[in-house]
Amino acid sequence: MNIFDRLMTLDRRWVFLFVALVCVITYAIPFTIKLNKSPEVKAVYNFIDTLKPNDVIFVAVDYDPSSLAELHPMFYAIVEQAFRKHLKVIFSALSQNGPAMVDQVIKAVADSVKQDGTYNGVFYKGRQIEDGVDYTFLGYKPYPALIILAMGQDFRIPFPTDYYGKPLDSLPMMRNIRNYDQVKCVVELSSGSSSDMWITYGQSRYNFPLALGLTGVMSADYYPYLNSGQVFGIMGGLLGAAQYEALADNPGEALDGMRIQVYAHLVIIIFIIMGNIGFILARRKARKG
Amino acid sequence: MPMGTFLWTTLGAFLTLCIFSFLYRDNPLYKFAEHLMVGVSAGYFVILLWHNGLVPNLFSFLSDGHFYFLWLDAKSWWYIFPAVLGVMMWTRFSRKWAWISRWPIAIYIGIGTGITIPLVMRTSINLQLYASIRKAIDWGNFFGSGYLDSTAGYSQALIFVGVIAALFYFFFSKEHTGLFNGVAKFGIGILMIGFGASFGYTVMGRISLFVQRIQAIGNWTATSWHATSSYLIIWILIIGIFVVLSIYEFIQYMNRRGAAQSGS
Repeated sequence: MNIFDRLMTLDRRWVFLFVALVCVITYAIPFTIKLNKSPEVKAVYNFIDTLKPNDVIFVAVDYDPSSLAELHPMFYAIVEQAFRKHLKVIFSALSQNGPAMVDQVIKAVADSVKQDGTYNGVFYKGRQIEDGVDYTFLGYKPYPALIILAMGQDFRIPFPTDYYGKPLDSLPMMRNIRNYDQVKCVVELSSGSSSDMWITYGQSRYNFPLALGLTGVMSADYYPYLNSGQVFGIMGGLLGAAQYEALADNPGEALDGMRIQVYAHLVIIIFIIMGNIGFILARRKARKG
Repeated sequence: MPMGTFLWTTLGAFLTLCIFSFLYRDNPLYKFAEHLMVGVSAGYFVILLWHNGLVPNLFSFLSDGHFYFLWLDAKSWWYIFPAVLGVMMWTRFSRKWAWISRWPIAIYIGIGTGITIPLVMRTSINLQLYASIRKAIDWGNFFGSGYLDSTAGYSQALIFVGVIAALFYFFFSKEHTGLFNGVAKFGIGILMIGFGASFGYTVMGRISLFVQRIQAIGNWTATSWHATSSYLIIWILIIGIFVVLSIYEFIQYMNRRGAAQSGS
């Protein structure tokens, strides 16, 4: 039995162990990697970066904690960028296990924005972020498609109150905001079918600029919408999040995670090549009899 | 660090190791963590639905802030109709009355279909077709601005040719021979590249989940154990996995011994 025969019968748990060891060791060793920034991620960053103070953006957070590994970093980076630039943000969470997680992120970023900060050479003085003035968190409602459609008429139809139980009309920020017409763009962070719904029932029906932040598994399926102009930018998986962090000059878990990704991918590619060589040799051997 | 935070983060690290122990073999620790997550999610969802859905969007309109079922003097009394439709759904639990649930389902599907069909036609067919035709090839910007530029002319040309070739592959009214077969084969090559891109992203997604848990455990060692060296995480992980698997193997051993004794 040669090495390739052995590889064909290798217990998969050895592969898991090897990948795990590579990930842990690369995590423990401090080093950095160079990252290219793709045009579709740059488009999202540039769009938000060129908005004026008091412009309103809508951030739809439609993922559960099970997908936070990929989507949390881009959520943190976008919210911090928006708050630093004095943009107003409306948040919704149309995924059932998302609202508490969104509330946690908003508060964490608000704490961070209290401190002075310099991003891409621009100094931003720390400031207090206020609920109802700087942001509104609408919370969760079931049936995302109907909620997205109803918000196009008036945010108050599906959300008479915000997540904290306050009527929307009582929030200073929401007084002149009725629907998507007053919103500069929607950024949809999604781990499931809600991104289809935002494209179909939101962008297609109400024609607002839409950007997507997606898990890696979904990303490739949404590029046709980029080419057709239905979405103006895509951030795909941890790579997209890392590129956004690099563009925003706000390094976080995604940039840290990408250096581990590089070596994990190398290991997987090596295993795939070895597995294929083993498969081809085994097939050739079987043909020869 | 407050004791509460320490206990929660430690529990999180322990549950992470319990979930990863499945990679070795299915075991009671994995099952415990899995059931805990499902139970907590379900409980959270029910409470969330009540307080964020039913109370503000239904009961508050029927109650006028006094009592939920005093809807007769409520200004928005017509909200009773969706409430009744919702209650009718529950008749599915009775064989005798299950037919009543077809009414709200029919209304729901009817409205859903009416809204969905024109919007899906526009989103997924019309606009996609329009984009493929209108943006066929941008000759003025053929080489684009750099590395793999999706807006460059060559990308659009590839997409255009790829779409046509992939459609050839799915055209079964003509036998796949000669030039037709060649184009169809090119089409399947394009499809394979698409599937490969999806697979690559999927691998990245799965590794991302693992990386995030490593980062979480790393933060736990740093904040809970004041680990100054990040190498400590290696030992914590190895020892953690070893402990989890040892407990599992011990339980298995005791079960086998119990079964052997009862057999004899």
